[in-house]
Amino acid sequence: MNIPSSILTMLAGIVVTLISLWYGQNHGLLPIAASDEASDIDALFNTMMTISTGLFIMVQGVLVFAAIKYRRRQGDNTDGPPWHDNFPLEILWTAVPAVIILGIGVYSFEIYNSMGGLDPMGNHDHGTMQAHSKMRGSAIAATLSDTPQKTPQIPSPKLVALGVGASPENEDKPADLVVNVMGLQYAWIFSYPESGVSSGELHMPANRDVQLNISAQDVLHAFWLPEFRLKQDAIPGRPSELRFTATKTGEYRVVCAELCGAYHGAMKAVAVVHTPEEFDTWLQSQQVASSQNLEQAVAVNPGELSDGEFLAPYVREIKINSETLEQLHPTHH
Amino acid sequence: MTQAQFQESANTEARGTAPADRHWRDYFTFNTDHKVIGIQYLVTTFIFYLIGGVMATLVRTELATPDSDFVPPELYNSLFTVHATVMIFLWIVPAGAGFANFLIPLMIGAKDMAFPRLNAIAFWLIPVGGVLLLSSFLVGAPQAGWTSYPPLSLVTAQAGEEIWILSVLILGTSSILGAVNFAVTIFTMRVPSMGLNDMPLFCWAMIATSALTLIATPVLAAALILLSFDLLAGTAFFNPTGNGDPIVYQHLFWFYSHPAVYIMIMPFFGVISEVLPVHSRKPIFGYLAIAYSSLAISFLGLIVWAHHMFTSGTPGWLRMFFMITTMIIAVPTGIKIFSWLATIWGGKLRLVSAMLFGMGFISTFVLGGITGIMVASVPFDIHVHDTYFVVAHLHYVLFGGSVFGIYAAFYHWFPKMTGRMINEFWGRVHFVLTYVGFTVTFLPMHALGMQGMPRRVAMYDPKFTTINVICTVGAYMLAVSTIPFIINVIWSWRYGPKAGDNPWQALSLEWMTTSPPPIENFEGVPVLATGPYDYGMEKIQNTGERLRLKLRENATRNAQKTGIPIAEAQASTFLGRTATLVAPESEVNVDSPADESQDGE
Ligand code: HEM
Ligand SMILES: [Cu+2]
Ligand SMILES: [Cu+2]
Repeated sequence: MNIPSSILTMLAGIVVTLISLWYGQNHGLLPIAASDEASDIDALFNTMMTISTGLFIMVQGVLVFAAIKYRRRQGDNTDGPPWHDNFPLEILWTAVPAVIILGIGVYSFEIYNSMGGLDPMGNHDHGTMQAHSKMRGSAIAATLSDTPQKTPQIPSPKLVALGVGASPENEDKPADLVVNVMGLQYAWIFSYPESGVSSGELHMPANRDVQLNISAQDVLHAFWLPEFRLKQDAIPGRPSELRFTATKTGEYRVVCAELCGAYHGAMKAVAVVHTPEEFDTWLQSQQVASSQNLEQAVAVNPGELSDGEFLAPYVREIKINSETLEQLHPTHH
Repeated sequence: MTQAQFQESANTEARGTAPADRHWRDYFTFNTDHKVIGIQYLVTTFIFYLIGGVMATLVRTELATPDSDFVPPELYNSLFTVHATVMIFLWIVPAGAGFANFLIPLMIGAKDMAFPRLNAIAFWLIPVGGVLLLSSFLVGAPQAGWTSYPPLSLVTAQAGEEIWILSVLILGTSSILGAVNFAVTIFTMRVPSMGLNDMPLFCWAMIATSALTLIATPVLAAALILLSFDLLAGTAFFNPTGNGDPIVYQHLFWFYSHPAVYIMIMPFFGVISEVLPVHSRKPIFGYLAIAYSSLAISFLGLIVWAHHMFTSGTPGWLRMFFMITTMIIAVPTGIKIFSWLATIWGGKLRLVSAMLFGMGFISTFVLGGITGIMVASVPFDIHVHDTYFVVAHLHYVLFGGSVFGIYAAFYHWFPKMTGRMINEFWGRVHFVLTYVGFTVTFLPMHALGMQGMPRRVAMYDPKFTTINVICTVGAYMLAVSTIPFIINVIWSWRYGPKAGDNPWQALSLEWMTTSPPPIENFEGVPVLATGPYDYGMEKIQNTGERLRLKLRENATRNAQKTGIPIAEAQASTFLGRTATLVAPESEVNVDSPADESQDGE
């Protein structure tokens, strides 16, 4: 067999290339991109999709073509012609994938680095540990009253922080907004340490550098914002973080992507990207609301409440009623 | 005379005289014949496949609507957990062992496996483990996924979880015992004239598989035993409330379970390398490249496990390391795929069911491989990890890359196993239903995942309903596709036309004895008159002086090493016969220099 070189093959090659180039950009498989990181990742995916389409059509094409062209004729029981050694061909099909892989690898590395995946601060114990340990296991409680709580379940060994950190240009700056995110069966609780607000929704201003400190109270959860292309597991006992910049105002969904129990599929929250002004308005309205909550909350000791009662002020937003919450937690006590 | 007739005539002496006479009751005994054990494995695992398939159908039925309204959510989680466990540990892994049991001794000219009794024990652990696993439904089946990540596995369905651990330990033990047996058999029991590079590629694939099994499976056992301590004895290896680390479990688990993917598909890489050349009537392209790429995949497979953990506890630089090693696996895998395509190219394709499934294997596996490179890329994986994109990818690899391979093997060796031909019409119907059903079920799942549907959910956002309905329809089609297969197998086994020894005109040794083979496979020591894939080379080989030398060398080596006098007699008769057989063809003159390199070595 020779490396195919006829005009027909060349034409087929051109057609396949054109189809791949077109499909790689127009596959329509991804939802809108609402963060800086998302558009980078989409560009990477489109490149992989272009190469893949070409490869896919080629392999399927060879199979279908061979099945038609080389079908055994009735009554012909002879063998096919044995091949002749074709060392150049073997080198070619080892080298080409190797080069493609190298290219994709380097490109992925670049994107990952520009997202902040290699931010040394994001990957090391860096002082925000204080904030983490204060928040972990008692995030809600801490915002309700400043008195120490009995609720923390999970001790906090000092471990390397994990996730996606600041992009290289933001590495030395603190984030514009820090939000503590805690996953628990089957809800997300977001608290804003600077303003003392906590909520079942994630609100943030557009075009600001946002840092989420993610933790889990009971089992593994995974914080996923599909429109942001970002995901990070929430791990009990190990803080992790995500740092990103939202670019498009609107409402998005926070999805839990790690199996966390029977109602895993129902563990959702809303993420709202505001203009900075709107965000400030929202924050102020929450501060008023939470000071009212606080007055109610100090009347009872939150430590004595079941999860269901404890979460009651938040469940309206989370769209789960407290009875279901109560039922969901037989394993918890 | 064709190459196949040539190989057959060289082995007339070694051929068994009468097929083994078996009763169905033999298959329910502690039989130590590798062929009985092979069939025991295959039938048992197929039954588990049907059970796992019923669970998959229930899962898909639940997913036909966005609400959790068909089964209770706890049961839903049990269903997909047990579905995955059954499919992996009770179907694909042991089905590979089943074919290896039946084929390896025949392919290398041995009378049985190295340790026949161990072999039987390895088999009987399978139904024990399987029934134990299914019994967990009586006490509340495991709900934490087949990955069983703590802390969830420590807090839900604890009795079921413990049963799950025990049964996986039993099944793991079975696969370790099997692997020891395959490796020892292949290394020590080949006919003396068969060097490692004269073996059929299936044997190479089983060497690579066994190596992986032996290295990786004990690590899973360690992880599960520690998990079991956490569960039963209240230790805190992985339990964060006692300061344990759930991420350590993930490392231990994936150190086994990533290689397990290769344990599942490598035997079928071997199968495809057997099926394609026979039905294309062409030599396999790049024997050595295919053989050694299996070893490369084994080795690389051991250093990529953390790509399942990109979004959990893996620091950035480590993610980069695992991204690169994972991507490198694409190179040896690509070599295999291209070599298979080159094998088909320009052949005389006999599109029987075995061949269709073989080509279907390449067609579907290649997409699984492509999406595999995509998820190896960390930034993209962060988006699609733990979503339906991964469910699609893993089924393309495991269904496309293993189940299609299993079916190809079933159709290809059915005549050898039963002595009868299987009905080709219904085989093709089976193929079309499977291929179409498979595509309808799993192709749309890629889009689901990218657009935001996580995996392992009983309820989902209503905007995904349409795609889910399509997937569910495909799943029903897949369920239906097994019916023609089952009926065809049962009917053909009893009433199919007699197959003869070598219906496909193949060259490897398993076809050089009666169908089904007699108790000890061969009467004498088989001889290699040709390599396993030398189709279409007769003109060159039968005439050459080199061949005669090679045959004499083979025969004497057999005689010396075995010391069996019959081998000598056989060798001389054989040589006499070859001389006469070869004579008439010597007019065909193909001794041009280009052909000198074509002696199949
Ligand atoms: C017969 C057709 C099959 C159908 C319709 C099917 C369907 C499914 C579905 C819908 C899921 C996802 C469950 C969920 O995320 O809620 C799943 C998971 C899975 N299936 Fe299959 N499957 C089939 C065959 C197989 C086969 C042959 C294997 C072979 C190994 C397999 C292995 C798995 C595994 C490993 C999972 C992952 C479970 C998890 O996420 O924990 N499936 N299957
Ligand atoms: Cu969750
Ligand atoms: Cu979840």
